[in-house]
Amino acid sequence: MKCDRCDRPAIVHQVIISNGTHREIHLCEVHAAEAGIPVPGKQPVNQLLGKAAAATAAGVVPACPACGTTLTQIRKSSKFGCPSCYDAFGQATEVIVKSAQGGAEQHVGRAPGGLTSQETRKHESRRLVQELDQAVRSEQYERAAKIKQRLTQLAEEAKHPPEASQDTPGT
Amino acid sequence: MNDQPPQDDFDVVVSSRARIARNLADAPFVHRADEARRRAVVEEVLPSIIAAEASEPTRWIDLESADPLDRRILYEEHMISRTHADASGPRGVAVSSDGCLSVMVNEEDHVRMHVINNGLTLPSCFERIKALDEIMEREVTWAFHSRWGYLAACPTNVGAGIRFSAMLHLPALRLTRELDKVRQAARDLNLAVRGYYGEGSESSGHLYQVSNQITLGMSEAELLEKFLGTIVPGIVDYERAARQALLKRDRVQIEDRLQRDLAILQSARIVKADEAMRRLSMIRLGCSLGLLQHTDLNEITGLFQMIQTGHLQQRAGRPLSQADAQIARAELLRTCLQAA
Repeated sequence: MKCDRCDRPAIVHQVIISNGTHREIHLCEVHAAEAGIPVPGKQPVNQLLGKAAAATAAGVVPACPACGTTLTQIRKSSKFGCPSCYDAFGQATEVIVKSAQGGAEQHVGRAPGGLTSQETRKHESRRLVQELDQAVRSEQYERAAKIKQRLTQLAEEAKHPPEASQDTPGT
Repeated sequence: MNDQPPQDDFDVVVSSRARIARNLADAPFVHRADEARRRAVVEEVLPSIIAAEASEPTRWIDLESADPLDRRILYEEHMISRTHADASGPRGVAVSSDGCLSVMVNEEDHVRMHVINNGLTLPSCFERIKALDEIMEREVTWAFHSRWGYLAACPTNVGAGIRFSAMLHLPALRLTRELDKVRQAARDLNLAVRGYYGEGSESSGHLYQVSNQITLGMSEAELLEKFLGTIVPGIVDYERAARQALLKRDRVQIEDRLQRDLAILQSARIVKADEAMRRLSMIRLGCSLGLLQHTDLNEITGLFQMIQTGHLQQRAGRPLSQADAQIARAELLRTCLQAA
């Protein structure tokens, strides 16, 4: 599909529904940038952090109560100040972590004490079922066997959870 | 020529590494901690390293007071990062007696532990670092979040907090100009491709460090399986195919080039580090293809490290100027490559 404003291919597509009317926008990279619309995959982390900073600049959480780090400082250094920062900035943390981690939004696997929590077990099982399907389809039987083994292990753990394998609270 | 791939894929995979980042639950991250807090971090972490002595004996090196040459050697041996070597303030590293494991304290995170070993040996690297992590975890409380996993200063390191990497020797992909395709594929697979000394370094001697960028949303076992099961073999096979294509198409030219590289290093009196790395890379390629009869892949690979300035200074027992280092490098190469 072509850009609404020139002949280049459109890479940004938006549907706007307002007062019962429906309008579509299709723009190329250049015109999307001119219109101030973010281009998928073209936003550096710093810009995303900048947006997050702007979103909370209204003073919702100006600084981490534990270490005093502000979102502006996180934006500049691409680093959080302390473990508490991850809870202090709410939605902004979500934007920052997901953009740094390719959209991933839930820890899976080990927790302190070497145990796997129920929550992460569920996530891992769900992912493994999909991977098993892919492995079988692509005839990677050795890999499929390994995945099956891990799924069995997770199912066993879910049936007989170790005493301390509850979700660990956030710090 | 060998038909069988060398053990542990050493013809392409120079080394493997598993690295874990951890932070104390009740302390600001290193870049926000003042000197007193950093010193307190060292004091809090050290007992956990000592607790692992029975299974993982290490030597503690206080980098705040260490000699600059010792710091440089540790960096050249990949035991510490450039940042850790050049930083100031309370910090240190525990190094295992076999020189394969290190625990950096107060680098970007409070603790960065890693195991590095020759060839494609990621499972054993992982098992060893996991065992150390489990022992240390009994002694200290790491920052952990039910959603974001193990917390780190940089959000690129949260979750499992583990990064697997392989140092790959890719001369044929470079010569056939296929490397950009690997870089593009790596980006699509959320992998980082870095130089010989990791983050921020350029490639030298056609050596590239490939590692997973995503650390959240998959367990350590899944990350390892993905990296080891699909990513690394894919690149290794690609490099091997490029080597065979080169041999088929330009065998004489390749033989000519690596024999010239060998002859120069056997005779030169002054050699810069970059030149040495470039020519050693070709000799390593020739050696792994069986085109050079009297060279040993292990010895040639070892030279990548021995020709670095810090190691030359250690060998000479004195500081060397840049010009003296180039002369010392040439002398070392002449000696080591004489029989080749």
